[in-house]
Amino acid sequence: MNTNYVQFTEEMKSTHTLLIPNMLPIHFRLVQRVLENAGYKTELLETHGPHIAETGLKYVHNDTCYPAILVIGQLIDALQSGKYDPHKCALLQFQTGGGCRASNYVSLLRKALINAGMDDVPVIPLGLSGIETHPGFPNSVPLFYRMAHAVLYGDLLMAIVNQVRPVEKNKGEAMALCNQWADVLVKDLEHGINARRMRKNYRAILRDFAKIPREDRKPVKVGVVGEIYVKFSPLGNNYLDDFLVSEGAEVVMPGLLDFFNYCVYNGIMDFELYHLGGRAKSLMNRIAYKFLCQKQAEIIKAIKEEGTFRPMTPFTHTVELAKDFVGHGTKMGEGWLLVSEMIELADSGVMNIVCTQPFGCLPNHICGKGMMKPIKEKIPGANIVAIDYDAGASAVNQENRLKLMLSAARRNLEG
Amino acid sequence: MVRNLLNSALDNHTLPNLTVGLDVGSTTAKIAVVKQGKLLFERYVRHFAKIRETLTGLVREAGKIIGGESFTAALSGSAGLGLANAAGIPFVQEVWATGEVIRRIEPETSAVIELGGEDAKIIFFDGGCDERMNGTCAGGTGAFIDQMASLLDVTPDELDELSLRHKKLYPIASRCGVFAKTDVQPLLNQGAAKEDVAASIYQAVVNQTIAGLAQGRKIEGRVMFLGGPLYFCKGLRERFVETLKLSPENAVFPEYARIAVALGAALYSESASDRTWTVDSLLSAIENAKIAATSARTEPLFRNEAEYREFADRHAKATVDLVDIHDYSGNAYLGIDCGSTTTKLTLIGEDNRILYQYYSSNRGNPVEIVRAQLTEIYNLCGDRIRILSSSVTGYGEELIRHALGVDHGIVETVAHYTAAKYFKPDVDFILDIGGQDIKCFRIRNGAVDSIMLNEACSSGCGSFIETFARSMHHTAEEFAKKGLFAEAPVNLGSRCTVFMNSQVKQSQKDGATVEDISAGLSQSVVKNAIYKVIRAHSPDELGQNIVVQGGTFLNDAVLRAFEREIGRNVIRPAIAGLMGAYGAALYAKAHVPAETALIAPEKLITFTHTSKTTTCRGCTNNCLLTVNTFDGGKRFISGNKCEKGLGIENQNAGVPNLHEYKRNKLLAMCADKLPETVGRRGVIGFPMALGMFELLPLWHGIFESLGFTTVISGNSSRRTYELGQFSIPSDTACYPAKIMHGHVEQLVAMGVDTIFYPRLTWNIDEHASDNHYNCPVVAYYSELLRGNMDILRDKRFLYPYLSVNSRKELVRGLFKELKPLYSDLTKSEVKKAVDAGFTEYETYMNDIAAEGERAVAWARENNKPIMILAGRPYHVDSEIGHGIDKLAVSLGFAVVSEDAVYRLAETPDVHVLNQWTYHSRLYRSAVYAAQNKDVQLVQLVSFGCGVDAITTDEVKRILENEGKYYTQIKIDEITNLGAVKIRLRSLAAVI
Repeated sequence: MNTNYVQFTEEMKSTHTLLIPNMLPIHFRLVQRVLENAGYKTELLETHGPHIAETGLKYVHNDTCYPAILVIGQLIDALQSGKYDPHKCALLQFQTGGGCRASNYVSLLRKALINAGMDDVPVIPLGLSGIETHPGFPNSVPLFYRMAHAVLYGDLLMAIVNQVRPVEKNKGEAMALCNQWADVLVKDLEHGINARRMRKNYRAILRDFAKIPREDRKPVKVGVVGEIYVKFSPLGNNYLDDFLVSEGAEVVMPGLLDFFNYCVYNGIMDFELYHLGGRAKSLMNRIAYKFLCQKQAEIIKAIKEEGTFRPMTPFTHTVELAKDFVGHGTKMGEGWLLVSEMIELADSGVMNIVCTQPFGCLPNHICGKGMMKPIKEKIPGANIVAIDYDAGASAVNQENRLKLMLSAARRNLEG
Repeated sequence: MVRNLLNSALDNHTLPNLTVGLDVGSTTAKIAVVKQGKLLFERYVRHFAKIRETLTGLVREAGKIIGGESFTAALSGSAGLGLANAAGIPFVQEVWATGEVIRRIEPETSAVIELGGEDAKIIFFDGGCDERMNGTCAGGTGAFIDQMASLLDVTPDELDELSLRHKKLYPIASRCGVFAKTDVQPLLNQGAAKEDVAASIYQAVVNQTIAGLAQGRKIEGRVMFLGGPLYFCKGLRERFVETLKLSPENAVFPEYARIAVALGAALYSESASDRTWTVDSLLSAIENAKIAATSARTEPLFRNEAEYREFADRHAKATVDLVDIHDYSGNAYLGIDCGSTTTKLTLIGEDNRILYQYYSSNRGNPVEIVRAQLTEIYNLCGDRIRILSSSVTGYGEELIRHALGVDHGIVETVAHYTAAKYFKPDVDFILDIGGQDIKCFRIRNGAVDSIMLNEACSSGCGSFIETFARSMHHTAEEFAKKGLFAEAPVNLGSRCTVFMNSQVKQSQKDGATVEDISAGLSQSVVKNAIYKVIRAHSPDELGQNIVVQGGTFLNDAVLRAFEREIGRNVIRPAIAGLMGAYGAALYAKAHVPAETALIAPEKLITFTHTSKTTTCRGCTNNCLLTVNTFDGGKRFISGNKCEKGLGIENQNAGVPNLHEYKRNKLLAMCADKLPETVGRRGVIGFPMALGMFELLPLWHGIFESLGFTTVISGNSSRRTYELGQFSIPSDTACYPAKIMHGHVEQLVAMGVDTIFYPRLTWNIDEHASDNHYNCPVVAYYSELLRGNMDILRDKRFLYPYLSVNSRKELVRGLFKELKPLYSDLTKSEVKKAVDAGFTEYETYMNDIAAEGERAVAWARENNKPIMILAGRPYHVDSEIGHGIDKLAVSLGFAVVSEDAVYRLAETPDVHVLNQWTYHSRLYRSAVYAAQNKDVQLVQLVSFGCGVDAITTDEVKRILENEGKYYTQIKIDEITNLGAVKIRLRSLAAVI
């Protein structure tokens, strides 16, 4: 690792703008607000179009995974757009650790900056396995604590919007309400985190969405799982959400909190399997795990009480589901979580599943494509399609495969 | 043509109405008109990207039978989606449509295999219906066969006829078209029989369908074969039936095979919508459909004629004078460039002017072409001109040299630099895009400084444009010309040609013209070269004085796109396609032998050439040799990886080869068959793949100490891969992973009941990196094996999570796993075993390091260059490494492996997270190469290795910082040693 990275200093906090690549439209607006509240100037990059991948291809090794090409392409493109002063910008890059090559995103971004002649732009890795120090951006527990709450709101909104969108009588109403609520929550987050107010907000959100007039039909349900970036990011998956909705399907997408929880759970497993990290750290992980599960339970409870919508599967249950297929020590990339989520969907009646991955994604060879046969054997009705995303893959190919999956889905629905 | 094709099952269905099904695939359009179970009308035509016109033509023709009757209609096919939406015609997904047809009219079918222009599909009906299509990286089928036919210079029909007369099959990579092409080309160049190559091409399609689509699910029972290629190609059918071992009654090739999708669409149309059509209303819907364009467009190449004229005039200046050979007398020099797809010749006089030139596709038989040309040249020379010297370069160099006694064989890089220097003495960058390769050389201080060749997966070069042009009914020149003045070239991206095919499909859907596609393809080829092969970030990196050459640059659209992309004018010699041959002629002129060995005119008359193939039994590589016999019994053998097959003594005995050393040492560690007597705890088997190449000594030590008899699955061969290919779920995984399936099969076939391949998140910590992970594939492949290999179900497959960095943890993990199975096991026993294992592992690693040092010492004593053939431990496998180690030895290198020398250097400061054990060795061995003048590093990279996308740039940087050459060889199932040879020879030539 290169130890000569540009630090994000205390002073930069007031002079620099943090550029953040957008991965989940709803969640990231809220996360952005958490950062703003912590005193940072931020800019959420919502740019799209083929030039982003092109910029990425220019500055990143072309065989690198597609999310890296897109995220780095988006950041470099922003710096080169003339919209920002590159000397007054810092880049925020979400970063997981582990044996997957995705741990190298920050290094690749720095290399890209050197090649683009902008190596003085600081890059801040945001993740649980922080090895770097940035005086102006301490990777602090309180910050994560607040972000986790933003993610909770995001997961709730996403889950509900997905359920309303295909059946709303007035097209666009659910999305509009979602944006409205996001505005409210963004303001709300300014007051810090308050558990009771959150629960109140949950109930209000659910009430509002329940009021949206809906058609009385049961749409085909399609679950979306996969590599974290292409699963969530419309830029990464060619607007998969919109496509499925336009086909009349209801999208079921396990939330982002699950991924957080998965990372925490892996810390627990490291200790259990190899006694890594020590007892104290393991205990911390267990506390964090419990906390996150409890927070998710509050949302589930609110959804059940309101009664209109289908709640998400509690993570404590999700965890158990992979067991018959892969071990909990299989943890690179999305690892066992990917398998768990496929089973979770199938168990809850969502038999049609899109498994998204960047072309050539190593962990998904094992836990995505590698698990389709055993899953289909155990759950014969499972209708899973693996879609590869890539700078060169054409949308028509992807759509054609999705259409095949949808045809089978409709046939199964008709029985 | 009223035929009752559909059997009674359909008759029973109440289908009173007239239905019309349309199917627009990637290359063809089909129509089916069905009434009351009878097929009234069918057509199958190529659409040449003119979808709308073709469809209206079909409907009009059908209208003669339909008359004024109203009907229901549906549209299907990958290129029909946009049109269907815009025209308001119900759309049905094509695989689904096929499924519907078979379900209704052939209900006893177990599986359907359908090949289309670019898609392959399988539908399983038995035991849970399952419909599958090929993924994004699985080259075409119909289009692929067309491409291969044009490579063999035959029509698809002729290809089929040829294949039926084959005698043997060659292994041809089955993943995608581009790969297969790299296999086919050398076979042709080596003189393999066209009959055999044709059948091998079909076999590749079959293997691809099975490996890529069935993915572990057995194709058995009654199998229906559908789609155009399977309808037309008898040879392909034969390959399928033979490979799947189907009895005649279970292999069904129905007459409606090529229109099955259209038929499905017709059947579906009834339930899809209540809307009925008449011929006129359908025609007008198709004609008036407004298709929104979604594919991106770029700037035109030339805004106007004037711009083009300026451009053309500028390039006209880079030219060589031609002399009429009839007006010349004196000495002459011959240069031959026997390339992968084309053969070029030039004859030059004393003043370097060209007396004779020739450029042609080598039509699968370069020897014959050169012979004919030489005869022609001798005729023209008469007594006036004497050829003093000759040289040959390119893929077919050795073959031609042996066949016709050419004086010099020179490596392509040297030939091209020689020629480029003639046009621009201060040239510092040469880019050559030929039919099949992209080659770039950077020149520094008058010598070739670095060489970049395209990897097998991105060879979207000249022949690609040509094939595309043909598929659109144009010659390559016409097609290129059309691109020059395209108004809005399509943006086709810069990846593999397979992807480009789909991109073109999409743009056609969006209404792009042939002109736009031609210009777009030119830009793609250029982008591919700049960003994928050269990996440049800015034009300045390419150099100031750039010469471009190769047949592809004769295409003005490509040339213009290139100048545009780099923002600089370049030199394209008028003989861009002949530069290799011209360079060879210049070389011949500079190196005149005492007497030329070139075959004399009188001998040329009686010259004969036959070739046959045989398998070398010299070692386990089992190279497929092509034995060329020329008149007088002179022989030339190709396809060999070492000298053994040539029947001559090994000239390189004693030259160190660490790859061979490691391979032999590991394979000798355990038996590869069940021994007569076994240990008290029975037999445990290790699949000899992936991480086993690193940790076998550890596991061997441990399990032997525990009273097991240990066996390994043995050496790999192509056969190993084929044994296991049917259970591979992800066809884009690396070859070292995919071959693992075969090793498990070998163990089971041996009768081994207990198999061990642990899950190891972390590898050995050598305390020289940020972390010490395994890559996800090495770490967890056993999960995938358990899930996908049915034969493991009744075996004891042990794959515990283990830590190899703490003896205590390893003991704990092993004990936990083994105790329930071997109840008498004690913890202290395991503890002792783990100690024994580590002792053996350390002894092994120290031995490798000592052998490495011995090799270095030997090389220095004998004044030989040293090559670190660096990759992963499993790259020493003879099938995965394809014998590249032996090739390097035969070129005069002492070969060492990365793990034999990495301890000799410190860990460098790398710009990436140095977190994998194998890769941290790679960086250190790169430092060692950088620090030592006589050491070169060649990096072996497995196709599909995601991690190496990170490491290659770093290794390159480490080497180039110290002025060393970086050579990368991508390896996969393919064995295109020709390209590897060029690389290694070029490397040998520059040091």
